Amino acid sequence: MAAALVEVKSISKTFTRKAKAAGGSTIHKALDAVSFTMERPERIALIGPSGSGKSTLLRSISGLHTIDKGQGTVAVFGRTVQSNGRLAGDVRGIRADMGLIAQQFNLVGRLSLFTNVALGFLGKIAGVRGLLGLWSGEEKQKVMAALDHVGVAAMAGQRANTLSGGQQQRGAIARAIVQGARIVLADEPVASLDPVTARKVMKLLVDLNERDQVGVIVTLHQVDYAKTYCDRILALKDGRIVYDGPAAELDEGTLKEIYGAEIEDAYWGDDNAR
Amino acid sequence: MAGTRMSDLAPPTTGMATRIGNWLMVLVVVAILAVSFRGAHIQDLHMLVDKSANTGNYLQAYLTPNFTDWKRYAAAMWETLQIAVWGTFLSIILAVPISFLCSRNIAPAWVVQPMRGFIALLRAFPDIVLGTAFLVAVGPGPLAGVLALTINNTGTLAKLFSEAVESIEAAPVEGVRATGGSRLQEIVWGVIPQVGPLWTSFALYRFESNARSATVLGLIGAGGIGQLLFDNLNGYDYASVSAIALIIVVAVTLIDILSQQIRKRLL
Ligand SMILES: Nc1ncnc2c1ncn2[C@@H]1O[C@H](COP(=O)(O)OP(=O)(O)O)[C@@H](O)[C@H]1O
Ligand SMILES: [Mg+2]
Repeated sequence: MAAALVEVKSISKTFTRKAKAAGGSTIHKALDAVSFTMERPERIALIGPSGSGKSTLLRSISGLHTIDKGQGTVAVFGRTVQSNGRLAGDVRGIRADMGLIAQQFNLVGRLSLFTNVALGFLGKIAGVRGLLGLWSGEEKQKVMAALDHVGVAAMAGQRANTLSGGQQQRGAIARAIVQGARIVLADEPVASLDPVTARKVMKLLVDLNERDQVGVIVTLHQVDYAKTYCDRILALKDGRIVYDGPAAELDEGTLKEIYGAEIEDAYWGDDNAR
Repeated sequence: MAGTRMSDLAPPTTGMATRIGNWLMVLVVVAILAVSFRGAHIQDLHMLVDKSANTGNYLQAYLTPNFTDWKRYAAAMWETLQIAVWGTFLSIILAVPISFLCSRNIAPAWVVQPMRGFIALLRAFPDIVLGTAFLVAVGPGPLAGVLALTINNTGTLAKLFSEAVESIEAAPVEGVRATGGSRLQEIVWGVIPQVGPLWTSFALYRFESNARSATVLGLIGAGGIGQLLFDNLNGYDYASVSAIALIIVVAVTLIDILSQQIRKRLL
């Protein structure tokens, strides 16, 4: 059998925060022995109250955070991203296969949307061409096709910071397409969007999964979105996985357990989401 | 936060230690002013009135500037500006890489600390001292001025540039990193577009200041209008000195206005 798309084995992440008053520091375990595997291109929703470690988990998968020393490992397509608190030497090459979409500020504001999307090629081109932005004609066509697919081709020449939040998120998805990413990690991609735009962005992620067989892991604030657009849900609480199973089988009782008093907040997404 | 009772909420108060600290600060400032009163000869302020007759004579000459040699003055002013242009340009070239080595979010601490010490050292030498050193090294003339400005400005610009780099948004840079980009690509595509406008503004601001410094450097023999000014002062030719001073004021003011306009448009 082929290697799993994502294999996270028993990873922990401890943050040390400087505590001003005491002159010392406090430690906080943001991830506590988290494991899960994505065998085939699925859509996994990461849910959990804020501060439960969702972003930390995504960032650990892309190697933006190094995990604690110990037995923890992260592997993508069978290639180790990091283990025992150290990034793999070829982490750049692995990253080129993963698209990352953040909640905001994905794009470099003063660069055009086109250039931002073309940066998706950086992992694959070397030397002067990558430093000066000398994209080939074929590459330019790919960028425009991706922008057209997500519906923002008309804005290609505009500076990214003049675009709306939804247009920027679509730009980030276009960059993942240009990258040829086989896994997309999205950290609250719709949290700052209005419901209509949010649904369009979620549909693009679903489309990426179904059309291109891209594995999608997306952290979501709203449980409704997770149930509507994803087939598997991973719920985190205080850095531990408390639910891992089909989206349809996550019931009210489990949700209450996960969110506690914050349960109302978990549903602020609109009813029309389904 | 839900669950917090109203009675628990107290407005923030200034601690005793902070208040004592503030008062100490005021005391220190007053003490410094008192001590330096004599050292700076502030008590001689009445001389301004006593010597008004002398001042009058001096001003008389100033009020009748002698522009017969204006072509020579203009050429010298132009030379001073050229010194400033190259001093600024060379320091930008040096300050860009150095500033990255001084930024905590780019370079590791063991590089940042010594590099910051190094640029502080560059800033510590006054232009005049550096100028004198370069007069010996390359002989009197504009090049000594250019080199003196370069050294001093590299220190200042590297500091300003690195402060801009340290205040950038991290997310876009991580976006570039996440595509598999190299460290250099992160800087070129993620950092430089963010700091570009601010850097340009700093560089222009330093050019304004360099135009003034280049004038002063002329006084010690580094060419340009400063040298001309010095020669005429030594010959007590106040009418010519006045003409030269006017040319300097006009040129420096024009540069200030021009560069301010450009900077306003950038930000
Ligand atoms: N860079 C950091 N330094 C210190 N603490 C951090 C850092 N990043 C996250 N944390 C802490 O780790 C915990 C989990 O954060 P995060 O993964 O962002 O949660 P979530 O995305 O689920 O809201 C939080 O308590 C947060 O304060
Ligand atoms: Mg988060």
